[in-house]
Amino acid sequence: MRVALFITCIGDMVLPEVGRATVTVLERLGHEVVFPKEQTCCGQMHVNSGYRVEAERLAKRFVEIFGDYDTVVSPSSSCVGTMRELHPELHGRLFELSELLVYRLGVTDVGASFPHRVAYHPTCHSLRVTRVGDAPLRLLGAVKGLELVELPDARECCGFGGTFAIKNADTSAAMVIDKCQAIVATGATVLTALDSSCLLQIGGRLSREGANVRTMHLAEILARATTR
Amino acid sequence: MSQSVRAFPAAARDALADPQLRTNLRNATHTIREKRDGVVAELPDWEELREAGRAIKADVLAHLDEYLLQFEEAVTGAGGQVHWAQDGAEANQVVLEIARAHAVSELVKVKSLTTDEIGLNAALAAGGVHALETDLAELILQLDGDWSSHILVPAIHRNRTEIRDIFRRTIADASVSDDPRELAEAARVYLREKFLTARMAVSGANFGVAETGTVCVVESEGNGRMCTTLPPVLVTILGIEKLIPTFNDLEVFLQLLPRSSTGERMNPYTSLWTGITPGDGPQEFHVVLLDAGRTRVLADEVGRQALHCIRCSACLNVCPVYSRTGGHAYGSVYPGPIGAILTPQLQGIEHAPSLPFASSLCGACYEVCPVKIDIPTVLLHLRAKAVRATGGRREQLAMKTAGWVFGGRRRFKIAQRLGRLAQRPFISHAMIRRLPGPLADWTRTRDLHPLSSESFRDWWDHRT
Repeated sequence: MRVALFITCIGDMVLPEVGRATVTVLERLGHEVVFPKEQTCCGQMHVNSGYRVEAERLAKRFVEIFGDYDTVVSPSSSCVGTMRELHPELHGRLFELSELLVYRLGVTDVGASFPHRVAYHPTCHSLRVTRVGDAPLRLLGAVKGLELVELPDARECCGFGGTFAIKNADTSAAMVIDKCQAIVATGATVLTALDSSCLLQIGGRLSREGANVRTMHLAEILARATTR
Repeated sequence: MSQSVRAFPAAARDALADPQLRTNLRNATHTIREKRDGVVAELPDWEELREAGRAIKADVLAHLDEYLLQFEEAVTGAGGQVHWAQDGAEANQVVLEIARAHAVSELVKVKSLTTDEIGLNAALAAGGVHALETDLAELILQLDGDWSSHILVPAIHRNRTEIRDIFRRTIADASVSDDPRELAEAARVYLREKFLTARMAVSGANFGVAETGTVCVVESEGNGRMCTTLPPVLVTILGIEKLIPTFNDLEVFLQLLPRSSTGERMNPYTSLWTGITPGDGPQEFHVVLLDAGRTRVLADEVGRQALHCIRCSACLNVCPVYSRTGGHAYGSVYPGPIGAILTPQLQGIEHAPSLPFASSLCGACYEVCPVKIDIPTVLLHLRAKAVRATGGRREQLAMKTAGWVFGGRRRFKIAQRLGRLAQRPFISHAMIRRLPGPLADWTRTRDLHPLSSESFRDWWDHRT
């Protein structure tokens, strides 16, 4: 299948390894990945901050760039959810990575191997806007050697929330401190999620605490193949 | 409620710095959350009930003018008197005049957010009438000169030791312990005397039935029922959005409300009364229909769903923001997610522009709302209004610049290159530890992952 990749602004600028991993996984499964070069940002930050004019311009741009592709994938549940809410015509064509793999392509075992203790944080958008269901858990369950640990209060927000993390920095910090406490208590060495933005928040706090847990996007775990 | 509320971030900072408050809130919200989840899971038709609740409320709002007149006619027909109040001051004046007509200097009150919203107690006090709160939690706050921080559990920010100390200072002697039974007994002794001697009571209402003129109050303690049955004069203040069309519609809401609010299948006391009944209960009954900004909210197609609210407080208990900051940070009698959309609309966005931003948009509130208020959507709608009304120049410039940069891939690429240069002095051990300007608020508590030395698109271009 030919799949257009929407990398997202954060995915392009800050965590390109997530996009590279997404390409690795899809190509390993025999799909063709294309990268429309005009893409930049979906405008979610503007939507969430109350800048409607800018947001609509960027969302329109997104549709112009990706509108002709039958299948578009992005390793970001929040960007996917926002775009589908703003442009319902994208339903059935725009997928978050785990949705594409499990529901569209019918794959749960992508041939990955990752012998580590992993905690999964279901991000708010993946749960309540994009509604990815148990797709990420099914994918993680099929990764060789991976031990999935249960994260207490998993459904509670990490406190990122876009500009909320800065405008309400104290409240945001209180939220991520609790989240990190729960993560560290699981004994996991890796924390994974479907949104790079939330991973920057959680990873930023874990780094500040000097915690022995690293953050990885689900795509990065799925890209780890058994080396022979 | 005409005063502007204090900006949320600063008020939240104070609350977050209080470890006792944090513990009280966490324990209380998590307990109610679990109870609610348990009893909601028992009902196979919960989603249908939510949809029914939403649909009934939407119908009421669409035909509010007709339902209000129908309600007035039914109340009057049953021997009650109806007053129309455009704002809080008018409503307060009506209550004060009724008190004066009966030469009442002290009246008893049922727990009521609406009367808190319009500052009834203060207005009555200014007119020489003392309004005594009889809900246990409201009484605690009144005795302490404090105010509510939760829609359903007004004293959620106080634990029993703190309550014991308040009682020792006011209505009980020094022998009272922090045993809940002893505390309740102290309040009971104090209040019973008041119920039996009061000549006038004031209540709010959970529902007003347009078809029959029936008023419904839902509570846990029974103190509300004392107020609505013992004193000879009863005045009910009813926000105009509290109407439901028919008596049968109560079936939906009396299932939705207790399960969502206290996590009970049924609340202990549901009082229903229709006008007056000769020889039984109050012999004079007044209803004050209160607008106080509600028709303005009604005019907003996106924001009007906030008027669906049945004040269950489920959204507060699941909110990751509320459960850490508590209610006082919201600066209004309506705290939490519902307060963040109700207060700016009732008061005008310019009086509470920070409230729509007091949310990470996690969506937990929408998920539990028994009448399906899409709080995140209304928050976004109000954020756009806040930006137009009061947006800071620096932020506007930053957002417009970002919008322009994202408007073309070359600009975006150049901006990334500049960002990579600018961040260099701040990187140590592969992370940014401290930044100046607005981003300092991030780095105070978190490290920041720097821009990557090679963007995804550069990597893609160099791929063979």
